[in-house]
Amino acid sequence: MSEIDPITLSVLSGRMEQIADEMDATLFRAAFNPIIAEAHDASHGLYHAASGDTLVQGKSGLPIFVGVMSFAVKAVIEKAAADGDLADGDIFIFNDAHIGGTHLSDMRLVRPYFRDGKLFCYLASVGHWHDVGGAVPGNYNPAATEVFQEAFVLPPVRLARAGIINQDIIDILLRNTRLPQSARGDLNGQLGALDLGNRRMDELLDEYGAATVRSALDALGHRAEALMRAELDDLPDGRWEAEDYLDNDGITDEPLVIRVALEIKGDIMTLDFAGSAPQCAGPVNIALPTTVATAYVAIKHIFPDLPANAGVMRPINVEVPEGSLLSAEFPSPTGGYTETILRMIDVIFSAFAKAAPDRVVANAYGTINALSIAGKRSDGKPWVMFSFYGGGHGGSSESDGLNHGNAPISTATIPPMEILEAAYPVMFRKWALRPDSAGAGKHRGGMGAVYEIEVLEENGAEAFLFGERGRFAPKGIADGEDGALNRFSFEQDEGWERPPLASKMRGIKLRQGQAVRLETPGGGGYGKPEERSAADVARDVARGLVAAEAADRHYGSSWREVSQ
Amino acid sequence: MSTRMIGVDVGGTFTDIFVLNETDGTASVAKVPTTRPDQSGGFLDGISQRVSDLSEISVVVHGTTAGTNALLERKGATTGVICTEGLRDVLEMRRRDRPRTWGLRGDFEPVVDRRNRLEVPERTLADGTIRKPVDLEAVRVAARQLQAQGCEAVAILFANAYANPENEVAAVAAVREIWQSSHVSASSEILPEIREFERFSTTALNAYLQPEVSGYLDRLERALTSGGFDGEFMIVQSNGGVMAVDTACRLPVRTALSGPAAGVIAAGYIASSAGFDNVITGDMGGTSFDVSLISDGHSMLSPQTAIDFGMVVRTPMIEITTIGAGGGSIAWVDKGGLLNIGPESAGSNPGPVAYGLGNTRPTVTDANVVLGRIDPDNPIGGKLERLDVEAASEAIDQHVGRPLGMDTVQGAEAILRVANSRMAGAIRLVSIERGFDPKRFAFMPFGGGGALHAGAMLKDVGIARAIVPRYPGVTSAMGCVIADMRQDFVQTINSLVDQLDTNALTAHMQAHVDQGLVMLDAARTRFESRELSFELDMAYVGQTHTVSVPLSVRTEKEKVLPPTAAEIEAAFDAAYEATFGRLLENGVRRILNLRSAVTGLRPKFDLRALAPIGGCKPEPRTKRDVHFGTKWHETAIYDRLALPVGTVIQGPAILEQPDTTVLVEPDLQARVDDFGNTIIEPSENLS
Repeated sequence: MSEIDPITLSVLSGRMEQIADEMDATLFRAAFNPIIAEAHDASHGLYHAASGDTLVQGKSGLPIFVGVMSFAVKAVIEKAAADGDLADGDIFIFNDAHIGGTHLSDMRLVRPYFRDGKLFCYLASVGHWHDVGGAVPGNYNPAATEVFQEAFVLPPVRLARAGIINQDIIDILLRNTRLPQSARGDLNGQLGALDLGNRRMDELLDEYGAATVRSALDALGHRAEALMRAELDDLPDGRWEAEDYLDNDGITDEPLVIRVALEIKGDIMTLDFAGSAPQCAGPVNIALPTTVATAYVAIKHIFPDLPANAGVMRPINVEVPEGSLLSAEFPSPTGGYTETILRMIDVIFSAFAKAAPDRVVANAYGTINALSIAGKRSDGKPWVMFSFYGGGHGGSSESDGLNHGNAPISTATIPPMEILEAAYPVMFRKWALRPDSAGAGKHRGGMGAVYEIEVLEENGAEAFLFGERGRFAPKGIADGEDGALNRFSFEQDEGWERPPLASKMRGIKLRQGQAVRLETPGGGGYGKPEERSAADVARDVARGLVAAEAADRHYGSSWREVSQ
Repeated sequence: MSTRMIGVDVGGTFTDIFVLNETDGTASVAKVPTTRPDQSGGFLDGISQRVSDLSEISVVVHGTTAGTNALLERKGATTGVICTEGLRDVLEMRRRDRPRTWGLRGDFEPVVDRRNRLEVPERTLADGTIRKPVDLEAVRVAARQLQAQGCEAVAILFANAYANPENEVAAVAAVREIWQSSHVSASSEILPEIREFERFSTTALNAYLQPEVSGYLDRLERALTSGGFDGEFMIVQSNGGVMAVDTACRLPVRTALSGPAAGVIAAGYIASSAGFDNVITGDMGGTSFDVSLISDGHSMLSPQTAIDFGMVVRTPMIEITTIGAGGGSIAWVDKGGLLNIGPESAGSNPGPVAYGLGNTRPTVTDANVVLGRIDPDNPIGGKLERLDVEAASEAIDQHVGRPLGMDTVQGAEAILRVANSRMAGAIRLVSIERGFDPKRFAFMPFGGGGALHAGAMLKDVGIARAIVPRYPGVTSAMGCVIADMRQDFVQTINSLVDQLDTNALTAHMQAHVDQGLVMLDAARTRFESRELSFELDMAYVGQTHTVSVPLSVRTEKEKVLPPTAAEIEAAFDAAYEATFGRLLENGVRRILNLRSAVTGLRPKFDLRALAPIGGCKPEPRTKRDVHFGTKWHETAIYDRLALPVGTVIQGPAILEQPDTTVLVEPDLQARVDDFGNTIIEPSENLS
């Protein structure tokens, strides 16, 4: 490997990031389905030719994909090695979550990039398709006990061979989705993004030469590793543990523990998940690639300036015992993976807070609350309103947590209430902050939200919810207190009721005029509540965000002396 | 008696004045320090430097940052909100986003305190049905409570008011009866468009700005009038058009990007006069590099912007992409050994190390000083008689050279190379990434520092030539004099094309035209012609992203003739295919919004008025050593403004004028065109 001068490295690093960003932008623009177009549930990058490691990844894709994409490329490298006939112009496609991580809705496309007849690197594109078959539209089946009830499963196969698209694969894909038009549009968008990446790499290599770009890629990996080691070196050595629970798996009402031991020794960190619950029947399992990727997401939140490069993970060991909820085997269902990885991030933060409380934030609300309300209109046409809802972020050494934020694994914004009301026969009676939902602390958590949604359609509707944090609240750090529990209720003829499994339920029948109410958790607090300034407590009370009695209970009564 | 048109751009450091004598077509410029906190001092001082009798002025057009600053510094008025029950927190909940992707830190305070956000019983549904009439007594009680709590301005924010404003209109009338001032903003008046957070935020920010901005404009107008001014006073909007001062007082949120927009307007006009309809502008200031693209003479408009996290303004504005690479941006080497530029900046105070005001970390300007590209004996900023080259060199050694194993000059070259590559990245972003080939574009640097980096942009991005305007430092002030008068309107339609009520659509178009023409008629300025334009935001059912569909609509004596559904479908297909390359078979077409613009085209002046007159043989004023690439070159230094039309100067050379340095690198040449612009292009001696 030739040494590259640091200035060319700076320039090339920016150029390659821009290629990945431009691939993201291409798909966001072209995608038909709003989960990609609006919520940016997609990602693109460049990956190492031999190891599949992430070299460069776009900045605007979904955070969880930053770590998970290299597993998709590794799977393709294995497949190509087994077949022994990798060619320029090949494109692989698959959604198998046990091989590539996350869940079956994420369609992964991987394309080898050749230069002068030799494999140079891989380009990859992942995007969340609107529907990939299975038992329920949108593939969020809370009752699934096998992947086959969630969606159809596609292992890595060649969508194109040496530049010729295999129409048979497309025909199979489109026959296995409820929304073929949307799937076709997203597939075209992803192919377009890969084409663009290929073209941009050609231009870059024409300008700088393959050898220079290759040394830049190697150097960027070393640099990322050096940055991570320098950060770890600055932290105290030691071993810290934390645990937290999922309410249940949606099948049996038993809590599932997630446990981590975080050890820092010199410039190496180990995250050991021994003692976490075993693989379960319901869809909150995750496959090993997802677990490793989630560790990466947590680390990048703790060290936000680190680059999206696999070098970051070299000094980090992630250990998961076999048979764990966090290393679930095929064909266990994984559709609810978001809840499990949010809890993983929470326990990593809680453990890290014991080592360096100022470097992390307290737990965020910790559930995506996938709520679907569906029915038939008077003309017989079906409608489905499906969305995720927000909650509070954790307090930090700098400030209170953010009110009503998005999940740490996502950057998706919520659809406007007026867009939902215009598209579906519903009315939001309430779309507001949820007072007293934040964990108390020197810097309290951010507030969760209350959404109350009434059905306007005379035929009524049916609702389902897949959520968490109904039994175990988001935790505070550094002696901060916990946020409020997630609380879901629905209106019936006899009054308001709540689901037996806390935050998971299907088949809730609603009449016209009846509503569901979702009260989401606030974030955990940071620091001792008694250290919060009386003026801040008084302001929260005056704003109606904290009830006076609650303020007395958490903070004492000195705030009552503050004049407003 | 001669008449004059005056453009005034008030920036952070300087107030720029551009004076056009309409009688003889001559122009002059002035630059005075911006006064704080009341900017009207510098404003009037600058004008009086060039015009002694204010009664000779026909038009004053102002590009202002008063609104932007009030938003960024949170210095607007105490504002109240009266809203639909259940929706008190929409402003605070935003669209459930966060300030930064990574780190999960930071919180958010909306401009309206929760105590000043009051709910009243009322509800309109998405189809416009009134489910619950507004309780006007509750509205009055709320308004009085807000007054008692010290609110100076109030925003009325009702759900689905875009679909049927009846409840909101009734509430607004009730509030206006008892409110102490005219500072009452209603969401259906400010932005009758679907999406409650964007509409509420724009309306609340408008209310928040009203007392501040209208007070400022009032003071200016009174000062002008008391000085004898009897002409038209107008304000530049973010969309690049101007509006009458009373419109600006009513809709101050439309000034959010007033200053930068004027600069882009001027750049577009200068470039097209010089024969370039496709131009990418680059405004390099102390902390940022702002890039904008003009294609076929048209600026790109974006529908909304966030002034800061959670402070969304949805009104059409000239699209300007900003990166943190300005003259004051700090160069630093990270723990992994990579050289970075910005985003931290020394700004203009303390500014670069060479200014001697206390900063010790090297900036982009310091690299330019060390390499001889900026004349240390004639500093543009700072307080020293001579720039401190030694201190700049030492800072580069300490923070860049030694960590990377380089000498001072290599360190300075490295800083420029990385800064240039970041700036080139911004140009690629607005061009290549949006489907424009930069080879078809000219690059126009303006602001103080851009012309030092023009050559690098040509090389890094493959742009054919750069055009440096004759007065790059006063481009925004010139833009004020050039800009047309323009009003934008929006109305959410939300209908499938095959169910469209074309009469209702036409009625909305007509209402927009009528309101726009009333504003043009009320203006005392002269228009060469008037233009009406209409666009529909459309998509296939199921898609959330819309495309802008330009609609050619026939009018007869300013009466809009209804478009047919077939015309709308054909226009959508053309726009959709141009954007995505293919249509969707059996897709159902939907109209979300109508957007109308009414423009009064103002007379343009001939830029030849700015060209140098006569000419002598161009002689270098002096010579100095300047570093390019790997060696020092003895470089001729010219007085730029004295160069006659047609002069061609081979690089390496430097052209200097009081506030700008134009760098001509060794394999480039500079040519003075008929307007006094400098065209930088590959040297003919080499080809």
